[in-house]
Amino acid sequence: MDENAKPVLVIGGGIAGITSALEAAEAGCHVVLMEKSAFLGGRVARMYQYFPKLCPPTCGLEINYRRIKNNPRITVLTLAQLESLTGTPGDYEATIKISPRFIRNSCTLCSACVDACPSERPDEFNYGIGKTKAVYLDYAMAFPAMYAIERSACKEGCRACADACIYDAVDLTQKEEKKTVQVSAVIAATGWAPYDAARIQNLGFGSFKNVITNVVMERLAAPEGPTAGRILRPSDGKEPRSIAFVQCAGSRDENHLPYCSAVCCAASFKHANYVRAQYPDADIAIFYIDRRVPGRLEDFLQKLGEDEKTRFNKGKIAKVEEDPATGSLKVTAEDAIRGDRTEQTFDLVVLATGIVPQTDGLPPGFEPDEFRFINNRMEKPGLYAAGCVRRPGEVSAALADATGAALKAFQCAVRSARHG
Amino acid sequence: MDKKLGVYICSGCSIGDSLDTGSLVKIAEGEGKAACCRVHPFLCSREGVDWIRKDLEDDTADAVVIAACSPRVKTDAFAFDPFTVMERVNLREHVAWCQKPRDEDTQMMAEDYLRMGIAKARKMEKLIPVSETISKKILVVGGGVTGMTAAKESADAGYEVLLVEREASLGGYVAGVKSRFPGHPPYAETIHEGIRDTIDAVLYHSKIQVLTSAHIDKIQGQPGMFDVEIEVGGSIVRDRVGAIVQATGWKPYDPSKLGHLGYGSSPDIVTNIEFEEMAAKGRIFRPSDGKPVGSVLFIQCAGSRDKAHLPYCSSVCCMTTLKQAGYIREQNPDAKIYVVYKDIRTPGQYEKYYKAAQEDPLTFFTKGEVVSVEKKSPIGLAATVADTLLGGDIEIKADLVVLAAGMVPNSADGEAIRALEDAELKARTSDSEKQRAEAARKAEELRRHKGTEILNLAYRQGPDLPALRYGFPDSHFICFPYETRRTAIYTAGAVRAPMDSAYAMEDALGAAMKSIQSVELAAQGQAVHPRAGDMSFPDFFLQRCTQCKRCTEECPFGAIDEDEKGTPRPNPYRCRRCGVCLGACPERIISFKNYSVDMIASMIKAIGIPEEEEEKPRILVFMCENDAYPALDIAGLRRLKYDASVRVIPLRCLGSMNIVWIADALSRGFDGILLIGCKFGDDYQCHFIKGSELADRRMENVKETLQRLQLESERLRLTQLSINEPDKLANLINEFADQIREIGPNPYKDM
Ligand SMILES: Cc1cc2nc3c(=O)[nH]c(=O)nc-3n(C[C@H](O)[C@H](O)[C@H](O)COP(=O)(O)OP(=O)(O)OC[C@H]3O[C@@H](n4cnc5c(N)ncnc54)[C@H](O)[C@@H]3O)c2cc1C
Ligand code: SF4
Ligand code: SF4
Repeated sequence: MDENAKPVLVIGGGIAGITSALEAAEAGCHVVLMEKSAFLGGRVARMYQYFPKLCPPTCGLEINYRRIKNNPRITVLTLAQLESLTGTPGDYEATIKISPRFIRNSCTLCSACVDACPSERPDEFNYGIGKTKAVYLDYAMAFPAMYAIERSACKEGCRACADACIYDAVDLTQKEEKKTVQVSAVIAATGWAPYDAARIQNLGFGSFKNVITNVVMERLAAPEGPTAGRILRPSDGKEPRSIAFVQCAGSRDENHLPYCSAVCCAASFKHANYVRAQYPDADIAIFYIDRRVPGRLEDFLQKLGEDEKTRFNKGKIAKVEEDPATGSLKVTAEDAIRGDRTEQTFDLVVLATGIVPQTDGLPPGFEPDEFRFINNRMEKPGLYAAGCVRRPGEVSAALADATGAALKAFQCAVRSARHG
Repeated sequence: MDKKLGVYICSGCSIGDSLDTGSLVKIAEGEGKAACCRVHPFLCSREGVDWIRKDLEDDTADAVVIAACSPRVKTDAFAFDPFTVMERVNLREHVAWCQKPRDEDTQMMAEDYLRMGIAKARKMEKLIPVSETISKKILVVGGGVTGMTAAKESADAGYEVLLVEREASLGGYVAGVKSRFPGHPPYAETIHEGIRDTIDAVLYHSKIQVLTSAHIDKIQGQPGMFDVEIEVGGSIVRDRVGAIVQATGWKPYDPSKLGHLGYGSSPDIVTNIEFEEMAAKGRIFRPSDGKPVGSVLFIQCAGSRDKAHLPYCSSVCCMTTLKQAGYIREQNPDAKIYVVYKDIRTPGQYEKYYKAAQEDPLTFFTKGEVVSVEKKSPIGLAATVADTLLGGDIEIKADLVVLAAGMVPNSADGEAIRALEDAELKARTSDSEKQRAEAARKAEELRRHKGTEILNLAYRQGPDLPALRYGFPDSHFICFPYETRRTAIYTAGAVRAPMDSAYAMEDALGAAMKSIQSVELAAQGQAVHPRAGDMSFPDFFLQRCTQCKRCTEECPFGAIDEDEKGTPRPNPYRCRRCGVCLGACPERIISFKNYSVDMIASMIKAIGIPEEEEEKPRILVFMCENDAYPALDIAGLRRLKYDASVRVIPLRCLGSMNIVWIADALSRGFDGILLIGCKFGDDYQCHFIKGSELADRRMENVKETLQRLQLESERLRLTQLSINEPDKLANLINEFADQIREIGPNPYKDM
């Protein structure tokens, strides 16, 4: 591509944003990839395995990080937020605010700072379960491979980390920075957040300890997670013998999310596999409206269907109640096939909470649909959404989408060179 | 000419505390014959890097060995001219962070790693940039909505496109539909505009050449240089293209196989395709007597989600039924519509479309299994449905039954076609009668692939993309959805996975992006995924080739063809640089400038083998550099301790493991050899598809070697490991080392 071509700006460093950035860059485009948190990877970095292959997300992330490291055309900005975007397709000016990391890239990950740090912060990466030091690395394979400091968690005047670092990598005086870049197109790959399960009152999340969400399940199963990969009941740390999965927790519900979140069926089936791998005898029940695993994901459902101790129950959950003495949960559900109600008790209830698009911080022009997804690809030139912010879906769909968005942006970049 | 090696040792990050860097310097300067060797307490600092840079600039060194942290980190600091020979020795994650500091064994480990790095750098050759004249034209096969979109979007990005369509006109299936359901807001409304605009945009695009009623006779060559021969109206059109998008779409599942749902028993039982055709023509009626329909039954998953038919979900038939129910409602406000389903699958925003259909008071949805569909006399149909939500088994009477039949990819399985040809040949020519019979049986089994060719690739491994499962030619990577097993050939639309037209049009964009990327990388002589940017190429020293055909058979990407005698004819631009061929070749004649049998052999040779009485076993570990190696880095980052007797050699892929290394190592006195690759089998994780599996197969031959040498088979082990298993890896190493200690030393040690 013409060296005069303006770069493409990708907002969001989850798997979709990373993919858009790489696919455009490997085709010759310059790319600025900006992520609001301190590390790339987004949601998938917090997952233990992908359905249906049950393979670790870090496997693909590692290849992608290597591609980034090898590609001089990609500039990665972390702790970055878009402040403004002006201009027209082919010729935008983006102002990006970069919050201080307090760590310079001379950091070697030697971890002396972590050993020295006296303060803690809630571990956001683990959805608030457990703590990290104020100086933290989200996950061992994180990119960029350097720590970050959450300054608000530090004790007044503390500079233990700076004193401990012999590589002069801690800079507690770092200030917020602004960067202005001229870009030809913008890809929004800002992803999703789990629906706030506490809002679904009848399901007991927030009140009952042993009602957890699917995203927390990912952390419990992950060897790097807060329980070192053991799926245990939060209330007493015991091994659960019976687990219920509640599908459409918030999704397909006019009072919450009117759309289907598209991945939570397959995600729960995957979680049933996690449970089975650890507890060969556990009883698993999956309460669903429809089991939505399109395409070849059907195999995954069929395989789970062969598991003798996994039951599927078509019907909505009326309520979840806790036995305060044991922490066990009584689930009352409709059994649509038998046409009656069932009551069953479980050690652990997992809510298959849905996907909520993350559109905060996107500039005007990215117009949300009625569900707040940004789904305007074909019409609007210059501004493209990709991945789960556009449409809820599994990784391969998000990445096909992200690769397509890369092409649209690539076209803008090509044109920007022609027009000077 | 001998290289001037600059060896740079970092003593930071506990390396200096843990090791005696002085004796490392001695090794580099002494036996390593380094032109210079420097130790820096913070090598990745500006000062440290400047030292190296300066040595390179003033020609004190022309090749670099950096003994510091893992090559996975600090890549931006140690980024020199990509053509400079550079080797990184991992003294931090793989030694200082996982071994006892200031210990004899730790020191020996570090010294061995340094020797290995120096040996490797000595053997590495400078890469030479390759540039050939590359065609950047994109060939799009299939002129349906997917193909047309791929063509138009590639052309809009500035690339010439050749679009080839088998039929007389563009448009494919979508050209014939009455309406489409929307992929964009407003979600509850169907789209009635046809695709005339899209067709015109393609036909009149200055960068697109369209050939209709065209058949691909042959595609020969490699990315950037595919020579295509297309037959159009009896004459041959020849062109050269750089990359290919296969957008050949789908065909309906053969309805004659749906007899169990009554198809064929009454004209009033139709498929969704036939129903769409009827609706597109205007009036919906009962085929048997032309009367209007008062009740319609849609049977979902007709053939799909059924082991006996299509095991997968066709993904579009739920939405299609909802749309078609709308056609009926438009024509008859009183018609009763029944939908019998297993699950209604309307993911994402499509839920809105379902919701709207559910609000219709005369449309009834029930989960259930259709047991039978029968003709009622004199007219009408009745279906028996079991396990319904309406209470037990029910009978549904309808004037018309629509079978929501599934989609089958319009693909051809290149590997199967090749296997069929091989079997046919063998059935004719094999000497033994038994073999002829066996081959004939195999040929019969594969008969259905006869004449299914689409791309007609002149590839040794077969004329089309290999199919993975159920005929879809993908490579099963969640993270890399467009990857296929043929370089620079991508699929899009319903041939890639079952999908509707809205998705398929978007899917075309991604495949077009990958095609553009592959021609751009080819133009720079660079590899595509997963070693994008790699500028090495395999060299074949053919004088010594014995025509064993292992490389041509084993290359996961079909990069190597054969001449009549069976001599390999490499196509370097098809190569992904995995090195599987290098591992396959028993004559060791395949090498890359920066990766070769000889190089790894010299690394093995560089490892010191302690005398037997020292009771220090030596274990050689070959590991995949993509997954196991990073996992070992993480073990280091987490300061997990493991046995100091191991020496790790990373491989581009475990499939590049040449068994000669194992023989070498055993005869040199290594006590055990551990091979660690990615998971193989149905849910393989190997980035090169079959690498670890091929390595496993080669182990059979190695077992014979062991027997011949009268060595215990337990000395050799191949394991599969995922990248997120650093603990397991450390344990595995320890457990293996214990086992080797128990077996005792390799008797060949002192020979
Ligand atoms: C419980 C669960 C399990 C799942 N399991 C699987 C599975 O096994 N297999 C599978 O294929 N799919 C799975 N999925 C789906 C998968 O999570 C998504 O497909 C994937 O995360 C989409 O990636 P993304 O990049 O679009 O979004 P994200 O991962 O959310 O990435 C978005 C990124 O953008 C950043 N960002 C957001 N706003 C801004 C801003 N304003 N400025 C800068 N940066 C910003 C975020 O910090 C984040 O890093 C699962 C989903 C759920 C709910
Ligand atoms: S994917 Fe399954 S659980 Fe999730 S909203 Fe859709 S139907 Fe409900
Ligand atoms: S290196 Fe790999 S892709 Fe290249 S020719 Fe050899 S086996 Fe094939």
